[in-house]
Amino acid sequence: MYEHDITLTVNGATEELTVESRTLLVHALRDGLDYTGPNVGCESGKCGVCTVHLDGEAVKSCTLLAVQADGGEVTTVEGLAGEKGGTAGVDDPADALHPIQRAFHEEHGLQCGYCTPGMVMTAAQVLEENPDPSREAIRASLKGNICRCTGYHNVVNAVESAADSLRNLDAPTGGR
Amino acid sequence: MFPPQFGYRRAGSVAEAVDLLAEFSDRDVRVLAGGHGLLPDLKAGREAPDVLVDIGGIDDLRYVEAGDGAVAVGALTTYADAVESEALWSRATAFAEAVSRVGDVQIRNRGTVGGNLAQADPSADPPAAALASEATLVARGPDGVREVDAAKFFAGGGGTALRDGEILTEVRLPTADGAEKREAAVGGAYVKKTHPASGYALVGVAAVVTVEDGRVTDARVAVDGVTDPPRRLAPVESALEGESADADSVDSAADRAAEGVDPEAAVSDAYASGAYRVEVLSVHVRRALETALDRATGAAATPTGPPHRSAAADGGDRR
Repeated sequence: MYEHDITLTVNGATEELTVESRTLLVHALRDGLDYTGPNVGCESGKCGVCTVHLDGEAVKSCTLLAVQADGGEVTTVEGLAGEKGGTAGVDDPADALHPIQRAFHEEHGLQCGYCTPGMVMTAAQVLEENPDPSREAIRASLKGNICRCTGYHNVVNAVESAADSLRNLDAPTGGR
Repeated sequence: MFPPQFGYRRAGSVAEAVDLLAEFSDRDVRVLAGGHGLLPDLKAGREAPDVLVDIGGIDDLRYVEAGDGAVAVGALTTYADAVESEALWSRATAFAEAVSRVGDVQIRNRGTVGGNLAQADPSADPPAAALASEATLVARGPDGVREVDAAKFFAGGGGTALRDGEILTEVRLPTADGAEKREAAVGGAYVKKTHPASGYALVGVAAVVTVEDGRVTDARVAVDGVTDPPRRLAPVESALEGESADADSVDSAADRAAEGVDPEAAVSDAYASGAYRVEVLSVHVRRALETALDRATGAAATPTGPPHRSAAADGGDRR
């Protein structure tokens, strides 16, 4: 009752591990499986640096027991580049960035980078649902992701720019 | 912050959950739903149960059903799923709006409507809306199914009318049925001043009003974030009932918002004292009533919900 064998699919790979009841998903990912993209920040479910996707939705992995996620599909920021548009124009897959990651880089949407994986994962869900959000909508949707360095201006620029890139990926190529 | 050790058992059905709660009835056992109320408490050491019974996988309790005279929301419906229901918005507007104002995108994806009500945080958004909606909360335990009026559910200090061994299975929101004309004359709203650190309500007000022939025939107003437990504001309701549905009536009624609310006993923290919360209560009551009346009379459209799941209904503080 205090230890559990669980199976997670993380970024497409099946992972079997044994966790304590109290093990949080973020610790199972970081300490058990070496996915260090999700960070640990506030520990009270407010800052969003631990955001991953569970079964396709952005969740705070510090507010979830690993055993609750048993059988689930987890995507961390490490797995995002393998999704739509990540490898466009890249020779080495290790250099691949998802368009949202590239936009944070190009728009300087980070300073220390600690909050960035969470920002990117939340933005990924938001842009999936709403490919053309207003700046106000972007700000509201990132309410659960806190940055303590830059303020949010360049973060919003990055998400807006990523939305443009993703829309262009989806646009018809005009027969070329 | 690791929570202290606890045992964990997963229930596959409501019956199994009730059995597990009975099995551990001699231990400190807690029900785990979405975990967004309980896990922060465990991590901070505010709770240290022996055993968690996880009901989060019981998909039978995820639904929004619009029936005759009521909209029923399964207890494990996430906030994000609930606010996708147009029926909830059109028929239980105040409740839908309160649910839409909980937390943030990630929290709404995972936290549950029933978990929120059972957690009974005095500053959470849905409880006031449940009170103003005159909701019925359905519980199931070893002795079967029991229905509790929202008015008798919240006991203060996080306590509820749920008995040991019971789980909350459904919240039922009564709605005007019958003629379309009558439905159109009911309006609801929830307004919130968000605590900037916690995301809970500093002040939240739910209002449900019925207007017939230009007069307010029924007014229900409840507050969270100020009193523990959340409660109806009877002086406001009685001041508005029978009056013409206009701004003057709303102003006079809202002026009575603090009547009987003791600032000394009000919810208080380092950010906002009880006195401050009581001070700003009446303006939020006025805003909630204005919006509810506008929706009842058709002066403002009743919202049909956010355009997509992650769209936050978060503009209410910037007026």
